Amino acid sequence: MAEVDQKRRRFLIAATSVMGGVAGAAVAVPFIASMLPSERARAAGAPVEVDVSKIEPGAMITVEWRGKPVWIIHRTKEMLAGLTELEDKLSDPKLDVPQQPEYAKNATRSRKPELMVLVGICTHLGCSPTPKLKAGSEEGMTADWLGGFFCPCHGSKFDLAGRVFQGSPAPTNLEVPPHYYMSDTRLLIGEDGKGA
Amino acid sequence: MKNTLMILMLALLPLAAQANEGLRLDKAPINPSNQASLQRGARIFVNYCLNCHSAASMRYNRLRDIGLTEEQIKNNLMFAAEKIGETMTVAMDKKEATRWFGAPPPDLSVIARSRGADWLYTYLRGFYRDDTRPTGWNNVVFDKVGMPHVLSDLQGEQRLVIEESVDARGNKLASHKLVLDKPGKMSPPEYDAMVADLVNYLVFMGEPARSTRITLGLGVVLFLILMLIPAYYLKREYWKDVH
Amino acid sequence: MRNFIICALNWVDERFPLTAMWKAHLSEYYAPKNFNFWYFFGSLALLVLVIQIVTGIFLTMHYKPDAGLAFASVEYIMRDVPWGWLIRYMHSTGASMFFVVVYLHMFRSLLYGSHRKPRELVWLFGVAIFLCLMGEAFFGYLLPWGQMSYWGAQVIINLFASIPFIGPDVAVWLRGDYMVSDATLNRFFAFHVIALPLVLLGLVVAHIIALHEVGSNNPDGIEIKQNKDPKTGIPLDGVPFHPYYTVKDIVGVVVFLIVFSVIVFFAPEMGGYFLEANNFIPANPMATPPHIAPVWYFTPFYSILRAVPPMFNSQFPGVVAMGLSVLVFAALPWLDRSPVKSIRYRGPLYKTWLAIFVVSFFILGYLGTEVTTVWGTFDKETWIVGGVDRATVVARICTVAYFLFFALMPWYTKYDKTKPVPERVTG
Repeated sequence: MAEVDQKRRRFLIAATSVMGGVAGAAVAVPFIASMLPSERARAAGAPVEVDVSKIEPGAMITVEWRGKPVWIIHRTKEMLAGLTELEDKLSDPKLDVPQQPEYAKNATRSRKPELMVLVGICTHLGCSPTPKLKAGSEEGMTADWLGGFFCPCHGSKFDLAGRVFQGSPAPTNLEVPPHYYMSDTRLLIGEDGKGA
Repeated sequence: MKNTLMILMLALLPLAAQANEGLRLDKAPINPSNQASLQRGARIFVNYCLNCHSAASMRYNRLRDIGLTEEQIKNNLMFAAEKIGETMTVAMDKKEATRWFGAPPPDLSVIARSRGADWLYTYLRGFYRDDTRPTGWNNVVFDKVGMPHVLSDLQGEQRLVIEESVDARGNKLASHKLVLDKPGKMSPPEYDAMVADLVNYLVFMGEPARSTRITLGLGVVLFLILMLIPAYYLKREYWKDVH
Repeated sequence: MRNFIICALNWVDERFPLTAMWKAHLSEYYAPKNFNFWYFFGSLALLVLVIQIVTGIFLTMHYKPDAGLAFASVEYIMRDVPWGWLIRYMHSTGASMFFVVVYLHMFRSLLYGSHRKPRELVWLFGVAIFLCLMGEAFFGYLLPWGQMSYWGAQVIINLFASIPFIGPDVAVWLRGDYMVSDATLNRFFAFHVIALPLVLLGLVVAHIIALHEVGSNNPDGIEIKQNKDPKTGIPLDGVPFHPYYTVKDIVGVVVFLIVFSVIVFFAPEMGGYFLEANNFIPANPMATPPHIAPVWYFTPFYSILRAVPPMFNSQFPGVVAMGLSVLVFAALPWLDRSPVKSIRYRGPLYKTWLAIFVVSFFILGYLGTEVTTVWGTFDKETWIVGGVDRATVVARICTVAYFLFFALMPWYTKYDKTKPVPERVTG
């Protein structure tokens, strides 16, 4: 038996293993990717177009986007004024947690001050909070309530910009979905639009 | 025994060749990588076919694969759908269709895979006037076809001429010939080229992943051939111990 | 690091015989050193099994076993599911390649007598695997719910209907309906994705355990365990499976994958043999396609079915012949009476009969893909065969030859001239 060239063996083992590993990883890609949303799911989850001209001031509508409720709230002047008074009662008034696109990282959390777009899913455990838009105790809230949302599951409270109050179980503000205005009255939910 | 069988096999070979009768299909002059042809075919498809035939597995946005933009698809090719992600469906009622044509028009998503390009190319050029049929049309490769000749304004009207002759061994032969009686908007070469575009598109639609498949395949096979090199030398290195 | 691995291994070994199994089946399993080309197909069959199981799992994530949705769900996989087309083509190509590999694996046995004593059980497990595989292929072929799926299942189930007395009831029971329908599709799905794969896996494990108990045969048909090193007790002609046959099988795997990829990427339909054109038409219980044939791997047996003429107004004899043509393989270890195992030391009789068998198998396989009139019909005046399709006559001759290979084996193997078998393996 000839002398064994260990170095050559180690090199060949390494070369074959590396190529085999690359092949294995490459094969895994299509299998893992096949579990991503299919074209059908993507088509169903495509951006939703909404006509916002019909929403009365002080009212809201709910539309479905990717199987989730998306709220569009038409805030009145008084409602907007109330937002600024709340800051020291909120968990994240500075909007440090990225729960909104850059263009909604402002005082009203919206592109247009009066129109608020929110994903209506509580950031605690995924229930859909109940709108309590009217200020005061009329809708079962405390007298200092300025309007917002109350989650029936674990009592999280949010203001009219979807910002969470201190003491709520929910850790972060409600999510603002990507959206932009195609015209004055047409809103597209699901896309950031050009220049975003 | 084995030899007898072999002789038997050889004796039967010419028969096998002879038994293959039937109408010869014309070779479809298509090129799956010609995007302009595919785009023309897609336009003909949505204008002429998609009124009665659906392509329920085909999404409009897949037409981006043949070099179209979403805007182009929306503006020029989507007549029956609202969203770019929808599939090519038709509003025609199946029962109604059965009453008109005898059978509902088949879905065309994979028609090129079941029929083949050559058959489609011959079929779409093979309509002729036949007054015995309820639609007034018949076809050389699909006898008693239920579909009327929807492209007749382009092709014109053809007549079938059967010429009988007798070959050297005394067998009767019948040759089928189509004669253009009434010309359409297109000359025969133009019409053939248009049908080729349409068939090209149908072949694309039958398997939109085809071009990805072939490109990827080249890479995969090349990689495996490269991998064979260290694998082979590794085997040889170890087997030095044995030999 | 090294110490940690040794510690962890010890921990496992005290609770599970990991190292012992590694040694018993790989690093200290001594295989004959003279394996040739024909010995690649065992490991390749295992590879294809893995491919089929993995791709199958991912296909079931998207496929719908519902007569109204099945056909469209396959097209959904081909278009809408990311990479779905690749997974589907791998599965459809894998099905055919499974049979290619298994047929070659079985033929190896006929060459070198791998089914002979003491490997009868290895062989019987193998035959059971083959039967299981045929079941898998048959049940799986219904799932795309195309015309060939539908009518193929219809024809095969009707074979059971030809069993005397109980046949029609058995057919209804199998279908769960009076025709092939949604109920049939749903149960075939269950058989295809869970019932038979479980059986298959168990049989494969049994096949390998039985093999490793008795040790591998080799192209010389010699028992290497009869020549051991007196000091170590290791067969003189054996090499440890790992690393010698693992590195060799890697080469086989890569070559196989090249062939496999060429088919998957450049010819997934394989000219209509792996994916049939008619199966791109949704199942239609009202219209049979003009020409239906089973997929290529069933055609030799299908030819035998067609070759046997109906007797006593029943197709049943043909069904029996077809069943027998598969099951007869199980009797092989007891039919072969030759004093030698390998074709290298056998005489002309066995070689001739094996050649006849292979040629018959191929002709039957070819004829099964064609209509019986493919070679025309004999003239009315011809002696005996007047008016019969030529292909049918050839298929009958081949069927007889096929069965004679087995039926006469006890005699021609016993009286065949043999060459002396060497003590040690050659080459």
